[in-house]
Amino acid sequence: MAKKSTRDRMTNEINAGSMADIAFLLLIFFLVTTTIVEDKGITVKLPPWSEEEPDPTKLKKRNVFSVLVNAQDQLLVRGDPAPVEELRERAKVFISNPYNAEDMAEKPTKAIISLKNDRGTSYDAYLRVYNELKAAYRELWDELSQRKYGIPYSEDMPFAYKKEIRSEIPFVLSEAEPTAFGEE
Amino acid sequence: MAKFSKKRGKASPAISTASLPDIIFMLLFFFMVVTVLRDAELKVKVSTPYATELTKLEEKSLVNYLYIGKPLQKYQALYGTSPRLQLGDKFSTVADIPLFLEKHKIKVPEARHGQITSSLRVDGEVTMGIVTDVKTELRKSGQLKVNYSAKKDPDAD
Repeated sequence: MAKKSTRDRMTNEINAGSMADIAFLLLIFFLVTTTIVEDKGITVKLPPWSEEEPDPTKLKKRNVFSVLVNAQDQLLVRGDPAPVEELRERAKVFISNPYNAEDMAEKPTKAIISLKNDRGTSYDAYLRVYNELKAAYRELWDELSQRKYGIPYSEDMPFAYKKEIRSEIPFVLSEAEPTAFGEE
Repeated sequence: MAKFSKKRGKASPAISTASLPDIIFMLLFFFMVVTVLRDAELKVKVSTPYATELTKLEEKSLVNYLYIGKPLQKYQALYGTSPRLQLGDKFSTVADIPLFLEKHKIKVPEARHGQITSSLRVDGEVTMGIVTDVKTELRKSGQLKVNYSAKKDPDAD
């Protein structure tokens, strides 16, 4: 009879109170050891490699928006020194050319942005310039999209719309071989 | 009155905490799924610059990472202080890039080879010299989709 009573006691519920603590420990372990990697960045399509020299196609000077970054991270935009803050606005005016100025792009499809840096340019400065140029295009796409379809430009808008916008204002950024004047 | 007091007396059993572990486990699984274990130990200092025009890298399996930066303090005696390239978990030279890309490629189904992106995680202080060399090598290897890793600019807008 005594045996039976111990059996009865064993059917009692197991105390699950400590389960939470164990799970908490595991949770904290994972929180500490894992890092949320911010996988974001500026996506770029590099031009294919070719051994031969680039074809010196005659480009009209008015269609080229040249940006030079030297080893001291200073900018030369179309021949004049300029701060990086002005770059976006100038690029936008150049591409869209709202007043049909003589020295700016004939039309957005003909605009070419030429970016050249030095081997001594800091990556930070380079990326900032690249970011501004990309932002200029994004803002132009956005304005066009608002005008045409009444929606802001985004990556998940209908493909046909996006294609239409991108064909009207194509993103043309050519990067020249860097100079090697500065100290690396 | 007597009825009310009787009910009160009965409602005293402790709240069952049996479901608490389940809740915690749910949290645990959530974190296990959303976080990515860093596969390689960083041997170079990488603090990516800020930018605003960011796109998100969607599929981790289609991305390979190239780190460029100054070697960390403990490796400086051996590798110096000039910026170095790290592929996987070891210091490499530009010449190792084609093999590195190929090793990653065989893990990806052939139909998706065109979608492979190279994520360049470069320290902001690095000069463009080594970045240009890496870019040239990527172009020679036919790896044209590149993502310059950057952080979201907190001052933007």
